[in-house]
Amino acid sequence: MDFNDTDQEAEFRREVRDWIARNAPTELWETLNSFSFGQAKMDSDALMRHSKAWQRKKHVGGWACLNWPKAYGGRGATPIERVIWQQEEGVYAMLSAVFTLGIGMCGPTLLENASEAQCRRHLPKIASGEEVWCQLFSEPSGGSDLAGLRTSAKREGDEWVVDGQKIWTTGAHYSDYGLLLARTDFTVPKHRGLTMFYVDMKTPGIEVRPIKQLNGQSEFNEVYFTGARIPDAQRIGDVGAGWHISLTTLMNERLAVGGVMPTGFPEMLAFCEALQTDAGPAIEDPDICAHLAGWAIRHLGLKHTSNRTLSALSNGKLPGPENSIAKLVISQTLQEIAHYAMSLQGDWGILVDEADAVDEGRFQAYLLRSPGMRIEGGTDEILRNIIGERVLGLPADIRVDKTMPFNQIPVSGTAPSHPAAARSDVVDNRAV
Amino acid sequence: MDFDFSDEQHELRHQVRKLLARWCPASAPREILEGTESYDRNLWRAVAEMGLTAIAIPENYGGLGLAGLELCVVAEELGRALAPIPFSSSVYLATEFLLAAGSPEQKKGLLPRLASGEAIGCLALSERSGVRRPAEQVTAKVSKGRLSGVKTPVADGDVATFAVVAARTDSDDAPGLFLVDLSDPGVQRETVRTIDPTRSHARITFRDARAEPMAPPGPASGIIDAVRDRASILIAFEQLGGAERALEMARDYALERIAFGRQIGSFQSIKHMLANMYVATTLARSNCYFGAWALSSAAAELPQAAAAAHLSATEAFQLCSKNSIQIHGGAGFTWKSDCGLFYRRANLLALSLGGPRHWQRRLVDSLRSAAA
Repeated sequence: MDFNDTDQEAEFRREVRDWIARNAPTELWETLNSFSFGQAKMDSDALMRHSKAWQRKKHVGGWACLNWPKAYGGRGATPIERVIWQQEEGVYAMLSAVFTLGIGMCGPTLLENASEAQCRRHLPKIASGEEVWCQLFSEPSGGSDLAGLRTSAKREGDEWVVDGQKIWTTGAHYSDYGLLLARTDFTVPKHRGLTMFYVDMKTPGIEVRPIKQLNGQSEFNEVYFTGARIPDAQRIGDVGAGWHISLTTLMNERLAVGGVMPTGFPEMLAFCEALQTDAGPAIEDPDICAHLAGWAIRHLGLKHTSNRTLSALSNGKLPGPENSIAKLVISQTLQEIAHYAMSLQGDWGILVDEADAVDEGRFQAYLLRSPGMRIEGGTDEILRNIIGERVLGLPADIRVDKTMPFNQIPVSGTAPSHPAAARSDVVDNRAV
Repeated sequence: MDFDFSDEQHELRHQVRKLLARWCPASAPREILEGTESYDRNLWRAVAEMGLTAIAIPENYGGLGLAGLELCVVAEELGRALAPIPFSSSVYLATEFLLAAGSPEQKKGLLPRLASGEAIGCLALSERSGVRRPAEQVTAKVSKGRLSGVKTPVADGDVATFAVVAARTDSDDAPGLFLVDLSDPGVQRETVRTIDPTRSHARITFRDARAEPMAPPGPASGIIDAVRDRASILIAFEQLGGAERALEMARDYALERIAFGRQIGSFQSIKHMLANMYVATTLARSNCYFGAWALSSAAAELPQAAAAAHLSATEAFQLCSKNSIQIHGGAGFTWKSDCGLFYRRANLLALSLGGPRHWQRRLVDSLRSAAA
């Protein structure tokens, strides 16, 4: 066991460090370093401007999308080199958040499934930050049942006419393009009637409405399609192959999302360290100590789990299933930490303004953002199903609609009433 | 970056698992649970013959002179098999105390016998209930080379050849460490009943028993902390092995058992319970690996790594062993089910070497000083 780089890795790291030292926007370091989850400290226009500038610089220098082929704007780097880059990029990676979906999910989906012409047309622009992409998958009636989506695409000559509604679309309000999963056949079982497209977000008939979230911010949107026309040249893969293609996107989503999340533990430790109670330093309190230790073992456990993944990559192996746990553990930890930190603040725990609140309202921001984290990118429940089924080999959930033609599947609001409800009606009648 | 065991260490795991499959089937811990023996002598002999008791002992004392990583591998396998032998007392604790604080004569006299498995050592520290620093709970006293006091519970104290005992002297405020031959006429010992009789414990009463001071003389708390840190990483590997085995048993049962016309593992309530067990075990494994690295490289992070590995593995083993019973349903609660063996062992090990309170404090303190 050894934490050190191999000679080759060390050489690559030196090169990365050197380039970052000469090119990174060091004047932003402090601001970026004080970002916390659910609480950006820069207005969105400025953030977009700085993000695009940094991405462009990386692209010119040959450091964008490291693992993509050079022909498409990447570097053809190994997975371990990509990880070393991420480690060295540090806080400046915060400037990549607006590109997470395009680079982390849409790009890889194009790489694996799109035509040569489609890849050459878009991948270099995604890599340089010129095109911001979003992912138009989820729908109001779908939720975790993604394959149940109802947005339709009907073929008319060389075009497809799209009608329907998407929701939870991160960044649609500033995106240039979107990856769209739509239903092209309602008469076959649900997984077989889907087709993948990409759309120019300025297409007439597409309307983006930001959703105001529980925490008051708007990262997500509703996107309405009303007779929006998409050229067939923007179809990715075969008609009816959309579900299979979406799985490559979703697998990349978990990799893309897993790498950038905070647990909140270092901030919590620092908070408890500074906190005083009547009985002395809060951190001497055994109850507080027990809570901190509980979060510490998750925080450290995740860190070392990623080290194990790194070792596998470094030795040319594929990472094991252990990586699938990160988001599940992190989102719950962040929420628990927020609750506990605020309980230690007494009356002041309710304050949220940076100027009034303890630690500039960091934990309040966690509290109000973390419920969404447990849902986005796969709910806790879906992630546990995945661990149960793909890692532990348990039988799949029973899906009664799996082989049914889509247009015969019951939808919300039409379900038969529950037998127990019927029985209580009988009791009520008799009582009357 | 290489955060995994080497091919040789994986091969060692394979060999140890093979040995345990032969000498320590599920019936082995059960025989100790139900019988009158304190440990499985045949298993102990087999383990010693394979050289596992000699791993960490230098070659000039008859050992194999290997580093901690090999012991971690062995510990995980012993934990998986719930091996009912005094391995932790003798190898993780007594041997380590001798290496850290034994005089040249003590080392020469005992280490070769420990290496061959002929001698069994134990650590006699605990005197009272409650959460205390190890040194503070000591009232046993040594006067003119004679020890008096009562120690309980002492893991494997009923079968050990000698004990490392913490005791006070007339001259020092803080307790020191002494070596006591347990065949001394001043020693009286009886097996005490515990939640897990497959790992035997004793009450030892010393009445003017001959006690040799260990070197260096004087306050021993630093040595105790250091040895317990190292031992806790090895115990954590035992817990990890037990957790993973309990999870496998529960998973296998969830696939085999049909209810309401379906395998019960297809119900989300069961599937999610198993997923949580997997998550806890994975975090524990990663923390244990960090512990293994710290142990083998004598890193400054050792106290942090020891506490994190121990707490994380405790959580995983407790969760997996109790959920395994739940998933097995009523059958899991019966005396004849192996689930109970894992549940007993999980809860025993959770309280080893000071219990969670001690390790929570040690973890938080070490993280504070690392952050400062």
